[in-house]
Amino acid sequence: MTKFITLAAGLTLAFATTAHAQDKPELTVYTYDSFVSDWGPGPSVEKAFEEICECDLKLVGAGDGAALLTRMQLEGARSEADVVLGLDTNLTVRAAATGLFAPYANRPATLDVPTDWTDETFLPYDWGYFAFVYDNTKLKNAPDSFEALIAMPNDFKIVIQDPRSSTPGLGLLLWVEEAYGERAPEIWAGLAPKILTVTKGWSEAYGMFTDGEADMVLSYTTSPAYHIIAEEDQSKSAASFKEGHYMQIEVAGKLAATDQPELADAFLDFMTSSAFQSIIPTTNWMYPAVFPTDGLPAGFEQLITPVDSLIIPADKAEQARDKALAEWLTALSR
Amino acid sequence: MAHSSQPIRPIHFILGGSAFALLLLLTLGTVIALWWRAEITSSLTPADWATIRFTITQALASAIISIAIAIPTARALARRNFRGRKFILTLMGAPFILPAIVAVLGILAVWGRSGYISELIANFGLGPLNIYGFGGVVLAHVFFNIPLATRLFVQGWSAIPVEHFRLAAQLGMETRDITRHLERPMLRAVAPGAFLLIFLLCISSFAVALALGGGPKATTIELAIYQAIRFDFDLTKASQLAMIQFALCAAIGAVTILIATPMHFAQGLDRKAERWDARETRYRVTDYTILTLVCLFLFLPLASILLRGIIPLFTLPSAVWWAALNSVIVATLSAGLSVCMSIAMSAFIIRIARKRKTVSNVMEVVGFLTLAASPFVIGTGLFVMTFPFISPFAIALPITALVNAAMSLPFSLRVILPAMTRAEDHYGRLADSLGMQTWDRFRFAIWPRLKRPVGFSAGLAAALSMGDLGVITLFAPPDMATLPLMMYRLMSSYQLSDAAGVALLLVTLSVALFWIFDQGGRLEHNVR
Repeated sequence: MTKFITLAAGLTLAFATTAHAQDKPELTVYTYDSFVSDWGPGPSVEKAFEEICECDLKLVGAGDGAALLTRMQLEGARSEADVVLGLDTNLTVRAAATGLFAPYANRPATLDVPTDWTDETFLPYDWGYFAFVYDNTKLKNAPDSFEALIAMPNDFKIVIQDPRSSTPGLGLLLWVEEAYGERAPEIWAGLAPKILTVTKGWSEAYGMFTDGEADMVLSYTTSPAYHIIAEEDQSKSAASFKEGHYMQIEVAGKLAATDQPELADAFLDFMTSSAFQSIIPTTNWMYPAVFPTDGLPAGFEQLITPVDSLIIPADKAEQARDKALAEWLTALSR
Repeated sequence: MAHSSQPIRPIHFILGGSAFALLLLLTLGTVIALWWRAEITSSLTPADWATIRFTITQALASAIISIAIAIPTARALARRNFRGRKFILTLMGAPFILPAIVAVLGILAVWGRSGYISELIANFGLGPLNIYGFGGVVLAHVFFNIPLATRLFVQGWSAIPVEHFRLAAQLGMETRDITRHLERPMLRAVAPGAFLLIFLLCISSFAVALALGGGPKATTIELAIYQAIRFDFDLTKASQLAMIQFALCAAIGAVTILIATPMHFAQGLDRKAERWDARETRYRVTDYTILTLVCLFLFLPLASILLRGIIPLFTLPSAVWWAALNSVIVATLSAGLSVCMSIAMSAFIIRIARKRKTVSNVMEVVGFLTLAASPFVIGTGLFVMTFPFISPFAIALPITALVNAAMSLPFSLRVILPAMTRAEDHYGRLADSLGMQTWDRFRFAIWPRLKRPVGFSAGLAAALSMGDLGVITLFAPPDMATLPLMMYRLMSSYQLSDAAGVALLLVTLSVALFWIFDQGGRLEHNVR
């Protein structure tokens, strides 16, 4: 029994490896899981920031995007986090209402985000458009609007994500709401027979699509860039919709209770610098908030450019969300 | 039932009692923590009630179908002896521990619109199969649970003393008579518990229900809880829904324990039964047909996971191997913990049962509670309870091992409690008459009869813990990941083929761990 306890204690210690390595100040940034993964922007961002900050940057994956705000609400002012990176505009008003975030004064004069950015608290670091992605070797005439999608034959199937558990799922909900307003329930009723299934998250849906289960999947206009650049695979395209495409703008904010306010500001400054921004396109597969001076990576020019950028202003997003969710549930539960 | 005069010693109170206290803390305690932390109050809507109805219906259908298929499968495995029998039994552990996302993609590789079956029937001009909807949800749950149910019934069959079968053969009993006199009483003892386990497992699943259910019609309570916590930050509703899951569990649990009648077999000499009665060709044909069909159903999706993952498996980044090590450590710890808790609780329950049957029944139901508990509520509740005092990162490992152990407790308890009851009934008296006390009594009289079930349930607990992605997401420090977490991170970074490699690694390691523990339990003991 003692042996077992020693073993358990040893193992616990082994897990707590890099705890107090150095005396440098530590900046803790909470973000979503795919940001910190080895294939996401995390490792390069950490390296680049630590070169200039004389500090230890600790990126903590706190689940998926939707989980971030919940996590902050649970932790409150006691949180170890100094910065939260990865909320989007659908959440900023609710996030600001918690009173946990502090304003950031040093916003760059110009941002390459296709909307006027006036938020005093949160700063964007990347953005993208939601879109349906398809295999252009199998599908020659992709639908060019929601109505064209509804008019497709009934064995044409799409996979979407549940708006209650997934950011793209919620994006689609607001996309239809913003594009069609009062007609949204009608559009959803028309889409219902085309929806093969609704998954919990993006990964399941995208996996089902690449396995050939569905003809189109809800994702981003930038998804084909991954296949083009990382896999040299030209077969994936995003369908351009006449209604315009709904945007997701991802932001970061400084916590009011941070014990490293200057370092947190320095991180936010760094976030819109070209060192950070040039990492984003080929790791997070989104558009950078400030385009690097030498332009976007080769391959991005092949992506579709939406005719219209749709977005519900942050202060109306919350209300629109509840209404749209109710309509969606009614239309798809029939 | 014959009772010995074994007293309840302080050690039973302390160990068994603290195991129970821990369970209650993790289940009801976490719900109360959420309630207390809630900022808004709300009540259940008609949509919530529709969700509750769907949850119950699909769970009932899944449990009934799983059991109906598992009984003949287990009988075939119990009365046939063929090459590969052990292999099938071991591999059967695999579907049960698959992370939802892997299982869904595996099932779709066979049953999906571009799956094997759809391709096959396309040759005959038939349209692609469409399993999405109620049928798809039940199909997936049956896939997950047939193996578990089968293993429970195989245990049941091996609990019938071989002497009974010999006697039956000498008396010239037909298969029909053996069914009536030996097998049916065993089934009445085992089936209700197996039913309850599967029913509860299906209640708390939601990624599967959503992906194969075709849309929000197929919403389970678990998704509603997820929504309440993540989407609305409505902790009141989350705790209300969690209470409903517990109430359901308690109600169904109470009914099954009342229906279940304990087995009254005499004591035997622990040997493998020979079934002379089942040598007839028609029984042979039925047994092997059933086995073939069930194996195809279970192993085709697994084969697709193997095919998909085998090439990327050899080029996985090194971080994956560290995650694998973490997972194995957590799994081993939680298996050990789970078994210790089950033994402590079983010893306690058995001793209390002699004095107060109702109390022990209630305690048995409590043992099932963690199955009805939502991993989100447990995770969030523990977070709320511990965060004011200690950094979540500091306790990631023990918390994960502990919660995983608690989650696998219903299975271990289901396997260990009956075995211990039998050992007490058969060998406990003998040990008492020999004047054996405490430790010696446990070591010589009880332990040899517990080894197999303990090995089996440790294997199950380890495998379950390997595949789990519950609390770790809330507590994991930046430099610690487990395999399922790694797999999700890969998938959300478009690394689908590496993710397939990790999925294969995960399944292989889980099955290997299960096999090692299960084999450990089979090492020969000295009583023959």
